[in-house]
Amino acid sequence: MKHLLSTADLTREEAISILDIAEEMRESGTRAIKKLPALRGRTVVNLFFEDSTRTRISFEAAAKRLSADVINFSAKGSSVSKGESLKDTAQTLLAIGADAVVIRHPDSGAPARLAATDWIGLPIVNAGDGTHEHPTQALLDAFTLRRQVALRDGTSPAGQGLDGLKVAIVGDILHSRVARSNLWLLNTLGAEVTMVAPPTLLPVGAHSWPCTISYDLDAVIASGVDALMMLRVQGERMNAAYFPNPREYSRYWGLDDARLGQLDSSGAETLIMHPGPMNRGLEISSAAADSPRSTVLDQVTNGVAVRMASLYMLLSGDLI
Amino acid sequence: MNYLIQQAAILGGEAQDVLIVDGKIAQIGSIEASGDVQVVDAKNLVLLPGLVDTHTHLREPGREDAETVETGSQAAAKGGYTAVHAMANSTPVADTAGVVEQVYELGRKAGWVDVRPVGAVTVGLAGKQLSEIGAMADSRAQVKMFSDDGICVWDPLLMRRALEYVKAFDGVIAQHAQEPRLTEGAQMNEGEVSSILGMPGWPAVAEESIIARDVLLAEHVGARLHVCHVSTAGSVEIIRWAKARGINVTAEVTPHHLLLTDELVRTFDPVYKVNPPLRREADVQALRAGVADGTIDVIGTDHAPHPSESKDCEWGAAAMGMTGLETALSIVQHTLVDTGLLDWADVARITSEVPAQIGRVADQGRPIAVGEPANLALVDPAARWTVDPSAMATKGRNSPFAGMQLPGAVRATFFHGHPTVLDGQLATPRAAHA
Amino acid sequence: MNENSVPDVSRTVLTGDDIDRVLTRVAFEIIEANKGTDDLVLLGIPSRGFPLAQRLAQRIAASAPGDLDPAALVGQLDITMYRDDLRHSTTRTPSPTRLPAGGIDGKVVVLVDDVLYSGRTIRAALDALADWGRPRIVRLAVLVDRGHRELPIRADHVGKNLPTAKSEKVRVHLAEIDGTNEVMIEGVA
Repeated sequence: MKHLLSTADLTREEAISILDIAEEMRESGTRAIKKLPALRGRTVVNLFFEDSTRTRISFEAAAKRLSADVINFSAKGSSVSKGESLKDTAQTLLAIGADAVVIRHPDSGAPARLAATDWIGLPIVNAGDGTHEHPTQALLDAFTLRRQVALRDGTSPAGQGLDGLKVAIVGDILHSRVARSNLWLLNTLGAEVTMVAPPTLLPVGAHSWPCTISYDLDAVIASGVDALMMLRVQGERMNAAYFPNPREYSRYWGLDDARLGQLDSSGAETLIMHPGPMNRGLEISSAAADSPRSTVLDQVTNGVAVRMASLYMLLSGDLI
Repeated sequence: MNYLIQQAAILGGEAQDVLIVDGKIAQIGSIEASGDVQVVDAKNLVLLPGLVDTHTHLREPGREDAETVETGSQAAAKGGYTAVHAMANSTPVADTAGVVEQVYELGRKAGWVDVRPVGAVTVGLAGKQLSEIGAMADSRAQVKMFSDDGICVWDPLLMRRALEYVKAFDGVIAQHAQEPRLTEGAQMNEGEVSSILGMPGWPAVAEESIIARDVLLAEHVGARLHVCHVSTAGSVEIIRWAKARGINVTAEVTPHHLLLTDELVRTFDPVYKVNPPLRREADVQALRAGVADGTIDVIGTDHAPHPSESKDCEWGAAAMGMTGLETALSIVQHTLVDTGLLDWADVARITSEVPAQIGRVADQGRPIAVGEPANLALVDPAARWTVDPSAMATKGRNSPFAGMQLPGAVRATFFHGHPTVLDGQLATPRAAHA
Repeated sequence: MNENSVPDVSRTVLTGDDIDRVLTRVAFEIIEANKGTDDLVLLGIPSRGFPLAQRLAQRIAASAPGDLDPAALVGQLDITMYRDDLRHSTTRTPSPTRLPAGGIDGKVVVLVDDVLYSGRTIRAALDALADWGRPRIVRLAVLVDRGHRELPIRADHVGKNLPTAKSEKVRVHLAEIDGTNEVMIEGVA
C-alpha cells in the first residue's frame, strides 16, 4: 500500500488487515511501555492546511508511539499564508528529510495531486481533504463498530468484517468527507448503509450511491440499526438556506432526548457514534452523547491505534 | 510572391489547383505553374477557408506571462486560423476604444491572423454600467461582438438594455451563461462524479436558465444574441426551441465539450478544470447532434492559456481554462467528421463562414472562389499526430489532449495570400498593412 | 518459483518421533540449567515457537514435584514491531503477546523458537522483552540450529544441529499449526 488517500481504494482484505493490525496497536496502548520501535528513525510530517487540533494530535500520538519523529506544519503560522504553493511546501518537507506526509487540506483532491505528481515521492496519508474523504476516520469508525459488536456477541473481532450490520449516517452528508469515506468502507466490509438528512444536505448524485436514502430519522431508528453515526452540522449553514434554523433541524434530524428515549425503551442495542467535535444540542443531545450507547471516547482512543496501523502499513515494505 | 496550390480537395470535394496572386484567389482549375510562383503540393489535402474563432483569450494586455497577442496569433495560425475574436477580459478590460485599438494594433503588427477585439458589455466587467459600445464599434478595431465572457451579464435589466443598445451598431452580445448564485464556489459539473469527489458542483440549470431568459429577451427586443460555449443537452434543446420560434440566436461549442466528460475530473488533474465545466457523456452526444442539425452554429475554441503555476497545484487553487487553437480542427475532425456527422463543407461552415458572419468580419469566411481574399487552410485528414504541449506555439501548456493521438494536421495556412504556416510549421508573419 | 531449474529436492531430517525425543531432552536440560522449575517462564516466538513452548511446558510440568500447571509457565512474545527488516519485506500483521500471569520481572525467561538462523529474530525478541519487563536471566531454546549466524547470538539448548547451505530452506511442521510433525530441508545443497 503506497498511499492511504481514500477508502474506496481499499479491498476487503486490505481493510480487514488494517483493522487487525490496529487491534494489536490498541493493545500496545494498554501496556506500561506504550512505545514500539517499528518506525524508529523515520520522520512523519503532519502537513495541516486546515485547523484541526484533534486529528493532528491523534496522528502525532500514533507516530510517536511507533517511535517515529514528528514535525508539525500548520499552514497558519507558515509561509503558505503568504502564498507559497502546495508544491513548494511539499518539496521543502522532502528536502528536510520527511519519510511520510499526513496531509489535511481544504481542497478536495489535494492529497491525490501530491500523490500523483512527481513533487515528492513519499507515502501520503489523507487526513481529510475538503469534502472528499477522511479514510482514517472511517477506519476508526469501522474498528470501533467491529470491536463493540464482538464484545456484544462475545466473539473475537480479528479477521472479521462488518457483514450484515446496519448503519445509519445522519446529518450534513453533502459537506461530509466522513460520510463518503464511511460509505465506501462500510460497503466493502459488508454493512448496509442508510443516509438520513434533509434533502438540501444530500448531494444530487447520492441517488446513485450504494446506500438507502431517507429523510425520516424516526423511521430509520424504528427499523432497527446497529449504529447511528451522527455527523456534525454547522448552524451557520442556515444562512445558505440549507434549513430554516438549528431548532427545526434538531427537531427532525437531531438525536435528541426523545429519540434517545425511543432507543432505550425499545431495548435496541443501537450504538451512538460521532466523529467529533460535537455540537451538543444541535445534531446530538448531551444525554445521547454521554449515554452508555455512545462510543465517542472509544472512537478517539481507537483513532490512535488505527492511525498507527496506517503509518505502519505505509512505511513498512517501502524499500521493496 | 504568388502561390499555386496544386490538387487540393476544395471543401473535401474535387481536387483542383488554386492560384493566389496579390493576396486574392486569381484562378481555380487546372493550372500550369508559370512565372514567379511558389508551388504548394496539396495532393490528398483538404482546402478550407481560413478558420475564424469566435472565442479566444489572448491575455494581452495584462497577462503577458500567460500569452501575448503575438504568441496567441501564432498558435491560431498553426491551427489553420486566419482570424480570432479576442475576448475582453484582459487587464485593463477592453471596455474603451483605447484598449480595443491597442489589441487591434498588436494583432496587426504581429501579422499572423486578423485579431478582432471583442468589447466588454459592461465597464470593468462589473455588470453595472454599459461600456462605450458605440465608441468601440466606431474605433479602428471596428468591434462588432461584445461580451463580458468570464462573467455572466447577470442583471436581467442590464442584459435587456445591452441587447437593445447594440442594435444601433449592428453588434451582437455574446453571453457567458452562468447564473452566479447557483454556481458560487463551483468547481466542476454537478452530478454523480461531483457527489463522489466531494466538490461543489455547477448545475446544468445555471447555464440553461440564463440562456432561456436571454433568448426570450432577444425575442422581445428584436436583437441578435450569441451564446458562448454551450455545454449541456438542456441548453441545446432551449436553443433549438428558440430558433424554431424564429429568434435570432447563434450558439457556439468548444472542441473540448465535444469530447471530454467530467469522469476525467476523478484524476483531480487541474488541466480538466474549465468554465463551463466538462459535463456528462449524454451532454457530449447532445452537443454533437446539435452541431449536426444546425442548432449549434459555430465552433469557438475558448482558448485559455494559463501559466504553469496556475495549473500545477491542487484543484481548488487552479485557474479554469484549456488551450485549444492548435487542436481545434483535429478535434472537430475526430468528433464530427470521422463519426460521419459532418462533411468538410459543413466544417467550413461552422469554423469559418458562420463565425465570420456573426462577427461581421467582411473578408473572412468567404467562399473559395475567384476574386475572394486568399484566407485559406490546407489540412491533411490522413495524418495522425500526438499532442505535445511543449511543442506548441501557445505559451500555455494546459492542453487536456496532451499525449492523445489525433487525426488531421494543418499543413499550410494562408493569411490574405501570405503563408503563415507551410509544411506544418510556422513560416513568417505578413508585413503590417494599413 | 523457478520453473526452468532442477526441481527442489526435500528430505526429512527429523520425524515426529525424533521431535518428541529431542523436546524431552531439551525439557530436562532446561530444568537442569535452572536447577529446578522455580521462576521458570517459557516464551514462544510466533508462530511455531509457541506450540513448541507449550510442549516443553507440558514435559517440564510432568516431571516437576507437586502440581505444576503447564499453562502457568507458557507465554507468547510477538516480535514483529521489533524486526530490523520492516522496510525490506511486505507488511506483517503482528500477533498478540501474552505473558503468563506472573509476568517476567525477576523470572528466568527461556525464549523458544523453531529455527535459529541469522539470529535477528532473537535480537528482536530481546528488544521486545526489554519493553515488557526485566527478567533475571534470559536463555534460548531452539528446535533446530541451522548455522549462518549474522549476529553474536547463541542458543543455550538446541534440539538438533543442522548444517545447511544458505540456498536451502528449513521447513518445520508442527501438528498444532500444520497438521503433521516433521522437519524437512528443501533445496539443492
